Order: sequence, then structure tokens, then C-alpha cells
Amino acid sequence: MDANFFEAALNSSPFLARSLAQTGGLNLDFSKIAPDIPFILTGIWETLRFTLTSAVFGFALGTILAVFKISEFKPLKWFADFYTSIFRGTPLLLQIIIIYYATPQLTGYAIPAFIAGVVTFSLNSAAYTSETIRGGIAAIDRGQREAAMTLGVKYPLMMWDIILPQAFKNILPSLVNESIALLKDSSLASVIGVEELTRRSQIVAGQKFIFFEPYIFVGIVYYIMIVGLTWFAERFERRMRLSD
Amino acid sequence: MQNVLKGECASVIRTEFLSKSFGKLNVLKDISTEIGQGEVVAIIGPSGCGKSTFLRCLNLLEMPTRGRVYINNVDITHPKTDVRKARQNMGMVFQHFNLFPHKTVLDNVIYGPTKVKQIPKGEAEDLGLKLLAQVGLSEKAGVYPSRLSGGQKQRVAIARSMAMQPEVMLFDEPTSALDPEMVKEVLDVMKGLASTGITMVIVTHEMGFAREVANRILFLDGGGVAEDAPPEVFFSTPKSERACQFLEKVL
Ligand SMILES: Nc1ncnc2c1ncn2[C@@H]1O[C@H](COP(=O)(O)OP(=O)(O)O)[C@@H](O)[C@H]1O
Ligand SMILES: [Mg+2]
Repeated sequence: MDANFFEAALNSSPFLARSLAQTGGLNLDFSKIAPDIPFILTGIWETLRFTLTSAVFGFALGTILAVFKISEFKPLKWFADFYTSIFRGTPLLLQIIIIYYATPQLTGYAIPAFIAGVVTFSLNSAAYTSETIRGGIAAIDRGQREAAMTLGVKYPLMMWDIILPQAFKNILPSLVNESIALLKDSSLASVIGVEELTRRSQIVAGQKFIFFEPYIFVGIVYYIMIVGLTWFAERFERRMRLSD
Repeated sequence: MQNVLKGECASVIRTEFLSKSFGKLNVLKDISTEIGQGEVVAIIGPSGCGKSTFLRCLNLLEMPTRGRVYINNVDITHPKTDVRKARQNMGMVFQHFNLFPHKTVLDNVIYGPTKVKQIPKGEAEDLGLKLLAQVGLSEKAGVYPSRLSGGQKQRVAIARSMAMQPEVMLFDEPTSALDPEMVKEVLDVMKGLASTGITMVIVTHEMGFAREVANRILFLDGGGVAEDAPPEVFFSTPKSERACQFLEKVL
């Protein structure tokens, strides 16, 4: 997509241009950032890549933590509960800063911003997801477990084949919602320099000394992404419910 | 201890002073009994007397508070015993079927053989289809349990247990959750099983079935075996007062 296209789009949309320009008497002129729009929009890919990677790792780690939480071996449960309380009890912004700046200091490894961000988001998301998954497991009828046990199925296999697939299916809507929340929060990764949407709008703002246009533009991009994903998620959920 | 075993039968299940409490509630008190190879035992008694608890202690779905359970002379309450091994030899059919809803009927049936016994899938499928034919559900092999009626679900559950080729089958009120018109189809399948010589322990409220199919009645009351007799004896001349009262109510 090239810049001219957006310039043209904005120019040819008097409604958009005028209504934005009239807001609070600000002089909004989106044509000023038109050349930067492709740069900003490339951030969509970065934002999605960041969110998706974090969601996948967070989900995997969250599953392990959830299994710890229902373990009969108490130290595992204590560990998982403690872990969850740490990540839920401190600000995500602080977590990301600590991991990005503390890792090189502690280990000598100059952790790239993207990796530091994904690690933080995965660890954080795991804390929340593990609670959702634990609830999903608890909601599975006890008879499922008993049926597997009477067949002589080993505990890990029973979890993997019988309990977790049913739990995941039931909590899928919550997991999708958590991923959408993650997408919104990914904006925080801008503070350590991950070049996702927010960071890119900051760069444009800094270069041109204009603020409203890039930030409002990126806000609209987030809005469209999130409302669109939510719409798809709801449709998907409804179809799943109908197929039951 | 009363024992109606015929001399030549080896005991498959034996309990010694089996007791189970839930907190302060003593449900089972020192039950010692023996069930022989090929016996079909109906466990009856008033609701809440501990029938399910007794049955579930036999495969350790409930851990006895005291006492022992022997399966083929192996003490399965011993911490060193591999309970899974014992369970593979004891199928269980539940009141609420407990089919795996995310697996098709055939996949339900072959799950145990393929995942526990590691039988090759093709071989397990042959066995599964044979068992489904036996319970009259060949044409349902590919559907999901949610598409089945209660009676059909329970027949699949029986096939699923049988697929492990167990020596013992435990039934916990297999027809209690069914609409009346579906009771017969399940009882017929169980009748067919009984005639194969497999050992069966059945908690049931179907007195007609117990009388016709079982060769031994255990009447549980007050946490113990109040009566242990062949059905012809139990139903015609019950010895205990409680059994008389119970039979009056249900017959
Ligand atoms: N898991 C449990 N926790 C506490 N009490 C239980 C539990 N299971 C059964 N009971 C109690 O034990 C008694 C016997 O229950 P059960 O064996 O299910 O009876 P039955 O099958 O003969 O109707 C009942 O009073 C019941 O409430
Ligand atoms: Mg019961």
C-alpha cells in the first residue's frame, strides 16, 4: 500500500477530514502524516506477531500452571498460586521494564526488545490464563475422570486426551477475549522500543512534532482491529454453540 | 460369614472388613464378602445405604477408610499395588454413562484398548465394531454421543467397558437415568453379558431383573450386608425385617 493511496483517501473523504478537524477546534490535518502511514501500518504485523506469540506461549505455560494448581502434590500448587499472585499483583508495565533492563544486568545477555516483550507478556498472560484453564478443568464433570480411571488410563494421558480438550472447548470464548485484551496491552511494549503500532506512531510524532494525527490514527487502527476480532470471535462462538 | 459360593468357584473379588466413612458418616462397616468367578451379584437396598460406595470401593474410585479389597487374590488397597492394572480388569458402567462427548462412539469404545493396552488401531476397531454390533449399535459408530438416546448411550458405555475385555463388570444403577421405554434395551444387553459367564456386580432397583438374571442378592442396610442369598430365597422368604419392609415398598 503506498502513501498516495491514503492521501487520496483522506482527501476524497471530506466527511472524515472535516469531522475530525472540527473536533474541539483542533487543526487536524491527516495529510501531514500521509507519507508515514505505510510505516505505521507495518506495525499491525508487528503488533499481531507480538500478541500471537505471547498468547501461544502464555497459553502453553498457563496450561502447565493450571495442571500444577490442581495437583495433589502441594508444592506444585503453592508455586503456581504464588506465581499467579506475583504477576497479577504487579503492573504489567513494571514487569516489562524489569525484564528488559534487568536481564542484561543479571545475565549479561542483551535481550532484544521484542523477546523481552514476548517473554513478559507470555509470563503475564500465563498467570491469567492458568486461572481460566483451572476453572475450565474444574467444570468438567467428575464422571469423565472416573470413566477414564476405570479404563486404567494414566493421569497425564487422561488430562491430555479427555479433560483438557473438553475444558479448552468450554473456555475458548474466554481465551479469545484474553487474547484480545493482550492485543490492547501490547501497546505497552512500545516503552522498551518494540516497533509495534504505538511505537511507530510515537516515532512519527517525534519526527514531525505532530501528535494528534499519528496517535488518533493509530487509535483508529487499534479500534478497527479489536472490534473486528471481537465480532469474529462472537460469530465463531455462536457457531460453536450451535454445533453442540 | 454367610457364603453362597459354590465350592468350585475361585473368588475374583474379596473384601475384608471393608469400611468407608465420609467425615463422621460411617457408610460401610466391616463388610467381608467374596464374589466368585462368573457370579452375577445384584446389590440392592434403600437409597443412601451405601450401594454405590461399596461398588466404588471395589475399584478404588473411593478409597476405603479401613479394610482390604482383593482382586484375584491381590490386595489392591496395598500402596504398592498398581491400581490401574486391577482397574483394566474391571469395567464400570455408571448411572450417567460418562461417555467422552468429544469422541465418536467408536473412538469411545477403542480408547481403552488403543491407549491403555496399546492394541493397534485397526485391530481395536475390529473389536470395537464387533462389540457395537453386540449391543445393537453398529450404525452409530461414527456419530457423537450427544446424538444418542439415553439407552443407546448406556449401551455404548457397556461396549466401551467390554472393549478392555475385563473379567469383572461393575454396574452402578445403569438404568436409573433412563426413560422407562429405554430400560429394557439396556437390561437385555446386560442379560446377554451375564450369559457369557463374565463376573458381574450390579447395583440396581430393577427387582425383576435382579430376580431373573442375578444368581445372588446382596441386600445392604445399616452399613453392612443384611442379607446374602440366592434370588429365589431372598424374594420369597427374606429373613430380616428390613428386607421385608424394603421388598414391600419396591415390589
Ligand atoms: N463423596 C461423598 N462425600 C460425602 N458423603 C458421601 C459421598 N458419597 C456418598 N456419600 C454419602 O454416603 C451415603 C451412601 O451413599 P451411596 O453409596 O451413594 O448410597 P446409594 O448408592 O446406596 O444410594 C449417603 O448418605 C451419601 O450422602
Ligand atoms: Mg447410588
